[in-house]
Amino acid sequence: MDVILFLIFAIIAVVCGINVVVQTHPISSALSLIGVMGSLAVLYLLLGAEFIAMAQIIVYAGAIMVLFIFVIMLLNAGAESKKGRSFVAQLLGMPLLVAFLALVSYFIQRLFPATPLVQFGAFKSGTAQNIGRALFTQYLLPFEVTSILILIAILGAIVLARKELE
Amino acid sequence: MNGVPLTWYLILSAVLFSLGIAGFLFRKNIITVFMSIELMLNAVNLSFIAFSYQLKQVNGHIFAFFVMVVAAAEAAVGLAIILTVFKNRSTLNIDEVNSMKN
Repeated sequence: MDVILFLIFAIIAVVCGINVVVQTHPISSALSLIGVMGSLAVLYLLLGAEFIAMAQIIVYAGAIMVLFIFVIMLLNAGAESKKGRSFVAQLLGMPLLVAFLALVSYFIQRLFPATPLVQFGAFKSGTAQNIGRALFTQYLLPFEVTSILILIAILGAIVLARKELE
Repeated sequence: MNGVPLTWYLILSAVLFSLGIAGFLFRKNIITVFMSIELMLNAVNLSFIAFSYQLKQVNGHIFAFFVMVVAAAEAAVGLAIILTVFKNRSTLNIDEVNSMKN
């Protein structure tokens, strides 16, 4: 059952990921990216990370991608033109990328040759309770720094997007 | 057999990361380039969660959470920058945004 679920959602994630790259219209890419994020949330659940899975749905698919779609519609972005692409990049890009992927996969296989199988329900610490406890004890300083980062991001976004006042 | 090897999760993460690199390098639309960055961040999150499962620790979840927060901040600022670029230049093509080139 775990294998079937993993394969279904891994295939959905990869197909949607390919779709993100090959679609010429940004809105199609954005919708495919939401598919990737949804299937990744299911994979997080399989790995026992229920809090992160919900945060993935709420923050990524719910907030960040809505922001992207807002901007795409606001700017009325059309399909991108095919011309002006570098010949060398077209010739070398894909083989080099496949070589990179093969190398990474080879090292993953060599570094983790006989890990125990991932089973749903074997890891139960990913609850909101445990994450909250870790976040507010061991990681309290990074958490507070993150809130300052978000505050700066809000100010930056407002400064960049406001109308110029004379 | 009931269960998936951990390496499958890591290889899926590598595949998604490579797709993100491909989008980042090959696409011309600045919004699509930005979405490819989000795809790469998601791939990294997947390996954080997988390693967290393997080590039976919650620390990887915290890292994934921080990655999400940084991605949200980055999306807000980045999209504001894209809006400003579009307002000044009326284009979304990254090859035409080259005033720092010469």
